[in-house]
Amino acid sequence: MTSSPAAAAPTPKAKRPLIELRDIEKYYGDYYALRKITTDIREGEFFSLLGPSGCGKTTLLRCIAGFEELSGGNLLIDGKDMEGVSANHRPTNMVFQSYAIFPHLTVEENVGFGLRREKATKEDKARRVAEALEMVGLKGYGKRAAHALSGGQRQRVALARALILKPKVLLLDEPLSALDKKMREQMQSELRKLQRQVGITFILVTHDQEEALIMSDRIAVMFDGVIAQLDSPERLYRRPVSRKVAEFIGIMNFLPATVTGTEGGQIQLEVAGLGAIAIDAEQCPGAVKTGEASVGFRPETMTVLFEGDPEPTRGKIAGGEVEEVVYFGDMSYYDVKLDGVEKPVQISMRNVVGRPVLGRGARIRIAWEAGALVLFC
Amino acid sequence: MKSKGNGFRIYAILYLGFLYAPIVLLPIFAFNNSTVISFPLVGFTTQWFQALVTDTSLLLAVRHSLIVAVSVSILATTFGVFAARATTRYKFPGKGGLMGMIMLPLVLPDIIIAVALLGAITNILGMKLSLITVIFGHTLIATPFTIAILNSAFQSLDRSLEEAAYDLGETKISTFRLIILPLVMPGIISAMLIAFTISLDEYIIAAFLSGTEATLPVYIFSQFRFPQRVPVIMALGTILVCLSIVLLTVAEYFRRRGIAKAGGKSSGGFL
Repeated sequence: MTSSPAAAAPTPKAKRPLIELRDIEKYYGDYYALRKITTDIREGEFFSLLGPSGCGKTTLLRCIAGFEELSGGNLLIDGKDMEGVSANHRPTNMVFQSYAIFPHLTVEENVGFGLRREKATKEDKARRVAEALEMVGLKGYGKRAAHALSGGQRQRVALARALILKPKVLLLDEPLSALDKKMREQMQSELRKLQRQVGITFILVTHDQEEALIMSDRIAVMFDGVIAQLDSPERLYRRPVSRKVAEFIGIMNFLPATVTGTEGGQIQLEVAGLGAIAIDAEQCPGAVKTGEASVGFRPETMTVLFEGDPEPTRGKIAGGEVEEVVYFGDMSYYDVKLDGVEKPVQISMRNVVGRPVLGRGARIRIAWEAGALVLFC
Repeated sequence: MKSKGNGFRIYAILYLGFLYAPIVLLPIFAFNNSTVISFPLVGFTTQWFQALVTDTSLLLAVRHSLIVAVSVSILATTFGVFAARATTRYKFPGKGGLMGMIMLPLVLPDIIIAVALLGAITNILGMKLSLITVIFGHTLIATPFTIAILNSAFQSLDRSLEEAAYDLGETKISTFRLIILPLVMPGIISAMLIAFTISLDEYIIAAFLSGTEATLPVYIFSQFRFPQRVPVIMALGTILVCLSIVLLTVAEYFRRRGIAKAGGKSSGGFL
């Protein structure tokens, strides 16, 4: 894996870079936390840093905020080098994982805290605080004691407090991890809406791939201090550059395969359980090598054919046996042993009217298409 | 279970009796019309309290003690804030050893400290013994206590609070004033109270270092040579006990109010 991110997906409105990271390095003693990270974050985008704990995502965020000093490289915000600029003078504001609501102040005083240094009339400040509270849906909560709020309300106060200063960049450090599932889902869509509404660049740190997929314009997947892939959510899901990225984002099945040759933009493969096939070169986001490889596909890209289903007009058919069924209400997840493959693969099917849920041991036929496969060499 | 609970109850009553019965004797003999401290009681009088307010040398000792105790509570708490802040926020070489050195007076016998200080102050520094030298000595022994109290206050602070204030444009100093100080204020009040109390009743160091300016404990001890002075001391003790109770109650009230304001739950404290 190299430190340079994979080619970014073209997004419809490519804007100028707001944050430029150039060979960013960070050491904690002997520990190499950030390993020459180079990338751009665009103006007005919702950018996520996604990765397992200890991958350096929070360190990178804190470097941007100015809480950590760089060991090497350059960080530019809006064209200005941030070296020697401390956190209180950077055009960034942060929403902390613990929210860091000042417990001895009221909601109003918390939200207006950043305005203390501004030369504005009392009325003007009060108006801006009221506006910020209304924006996050806390109208009328101004006089409450901050410590008496619920988790979701604290989150909103933290957001209002950071956004009232109209920063160029809002940094969010795992802001939803302390909320329960329902609240988290609600805040995800609210945050997304809020970001579109204010148009400020958001940088979110999260270890939750689903959260990153739902909210982001672009996601940087980080492992061990480097960006493994930087792409749109869709590209990241459909075309992960490595098995590691593929395993981190959603569920992916892997089948052992052998690359037998390449010609004319096509790659010839021999895949266990599926046989000899040819795929587009585009389906191998990493480098192509002949020899041992593996092929991945998502659970929803294969279709279990039920009694009476019409034969698919495109694609191919494979045989297998149901080993386990997990019923999710709207979906059923089948662990299927493909003929000639040792390890079962997972296939998901939507439970629509009239479609039975298969039991264990059922012999099934599976429809699949070569276009759904991703090759990892 | 029930008999076990009763056993503990008896133990608790005996314990509290042992602790407070001698103190209860103070007001009894302070109002007793006799110079002899023994039962049966002779009669009610307030003459010992009247003697108290007219005794100029005693009032002077009280004055000295208050000057020392207030100075010590301010100094020891200030040092405590610096030390607690340093140990909870910064890493530096030799931190463990340094903290050990600062906390050592906690376990060193006061008499050793007193002798060492007397030698250092009079022979090496060449200073005259006065209230100032007592303040030095008392600050030395009170600071470990204030550090212990303030350490826990500083440790319970979420570091993100400081970062948030700094991130919102405040300087490190204004962050300290606006966020940290108000949140550790209950700890600061506790620390000042402890330092005040330690200084107020300290005898050994004060006896060695006070020179001609006796503090209250030194004065009280000297008065026990005269039996007729004992009831006056009892009256003084009565006033001091009442004052301590009032002081503790007020401090505890502010401590709890501080915690309630910050949304926390009361955990321990003095009362």
